Amino acid sequence: METRELICIGCPMGCPLKVEMNNDEVVSVSGNTCKRGDVYARKEVTNPTRIVTSSVIVEGGSLAAVSVKTKEDIPKGKIFDIMKDLKGVKVQAPVHIGDVIVSDVAGTGVDIIATKNVL
Amino acid sequence: MLNYDIVIVGGGPAGLAAAVSAKRSGVESILVLERDKELGGILNQCIHNGFGLHTFKEELTGPEYAGRFIEQLEEEKIEYKLNTMVMDIADNKVVTAMNREEGMFEIQAKAIVLAMGCRERSRGALNIPGYRPAGIYSAGTAQRLVNMEGYMPGREVVILGSGDIGLIMARRMTLEGAKVKVVAELMPYSGGLKRNIVQCLDDYGIPLKLSHTVVDIEGKERVEAITIAEVGPDRRPVPGTEERYTCDTLLLSCGLIPENELSRSLGVEMSPVTSGPLVNECLETNVEGVFACGNVLHVHDLVDFVSEEASAAGKHAAEYVLNGAKHQESSAKDIPIVAVEGARYTVPKSINPDRMDEKHTVRFRVGDVYKNCYVSVYLNEERIIHKKRPVVAPGEMEEVVLKKEELAAFSNLSQITVKIEEA
Repeated sequence: METRELICIGCPMGCPLKVEMNNDEVVSVSGNTCKRGDVYARKEVTNPTRIVTSSVIVEGGSLAAVSVKTKEDIPKGKIFDIMKDLKGVKVQAPVHIGDVIVSDVAGTGVDIIATKNVL
Repeated sequence: MLNYDIVIVGGGPAGLAAAVSAKRSGVESILVLERDKELGGILNQCIHNGFGLHTFKEELTGPEYAGRFIEQLEEEKIEYKLNTMVMDIADNKVVTAMNREEGMFEIQAKAIVLAMGCRERSRGALNIPGYRPAGIYSAGTAQRLVNMEGYMPGREVVILGSGDIGLIMARRMTLEGAKVKVVAELMPYSGGLKRNIVQCLDDYGIPLKLSHTVVDIEGKERVEAITIAEVGPDRRPVPGTEERYTCDTLLLSCGLIPENELSRSLGVEMSPVTSGPLVNECLETNVEGVFACGNVLHVHDLVDFVSEEASAAGKHAAEYVLNGAKHQESSAKDIPIVAVEGARYTVPKSINPDRMDEKHTVRFRVGDVYKNCYVSVYLNEERIIHKKRPVVAPGEMEEVVLKKEELAAFSNLSQITVKIEEA
């Protein structure tokens, strides 16, 4: 049995959560004062995911860089692999919101898409 | 001289939402003036996600959120001028502006919406001792350099202040390969949103030192080291608690100040608490036909609330143009809203029970962290709202909803009071 400690992000209260784990199974969540803490803790210890946002160089456009993001959330452990894949990426203007900049980034199966129009 | 019904100063989230709402309320002649080279304001550099959960029911990045409103502006065929700086607003509603193509020019407006936003508190305003080398940036400047211009401000970073931009930049600099050594916060609580502390600091093992401040900056040409120390309850450094961090960069995230030079010279009455204009429930200032919304009015945590507030300001500005001063006519008088005991201010600062909509949301901030408390509203001496809250904190804006029927039914109403009551 192992214990993981988290801070809930459901509201400003920031409850200190304790999650009892048996291998990869959640046994119990304590420390939360509402249901949201329980839901957050279970997701965070079994499958933490994040949206990664960054920017890449754009050539021939009105701006020097275009902001990008992973189209869906990706496993938290992949964040730095994704940043490595984005290093040195250059695109040509025009770029539109939703354009795929890198497909299947870092083997996650998720695309990097533009979040800004650069004409 | 140019003539427009409504001139909106600022093309950020507030100005965009105000313009779209004014147009949809029936005013055709609208001009948005923006000093940057593109619309969208600060959202353009806020490339992280988390915007729009209230407005669009999905998590967008800043540029995407701005993009949605810019699209609406284009659809409504609202005119705007970029690279244009407003120099002065006179009380006869003549706006003096300038840009490189047209030089200095004047615009006669019937109504004006102030949507200039805010700026960051700088090192000069913080009284930090030490040398004045290169490598000291406001967090927002660093954010613009990294996200929009493609430059890295430094490699080893100390951040003073735990406002949201500082937290966001701790993560951003880390992702771009910098080492963020520590975030120091003067107050015993963070000024940022909880989710940012968890997802920007804890995720990357960046320590947050509460009740700490910078006491020395070393380096003559470039920052070489920063010394921080713990502060006591009087917020003064405690001798013997100093810790020295070698680094090349110091980022400052120490608060935002509404940018109200234009409002002040126009004679708009200001709140000493928010540094923004005092407005009634129409978001109208003491200068008739001049409205304010967004961060120039009071600094918000969520852009969704800026858009909501700005839409209301745009609608009321349109009503003013269409009906003249009549829009202000009311059989009832304006009732002042007073913030005391834990509540620092309210927006609006007065409300008219006759003129108001069926429901009106009053927003405010608290001055300290309160646990297991009640947010209370009194009509004269009678308590009408007593909402239990597990915790309220200065970093998260609070709201209460006032109902027209309750206010209208109360005889001899002379004051509405908002306060925090401890259990």
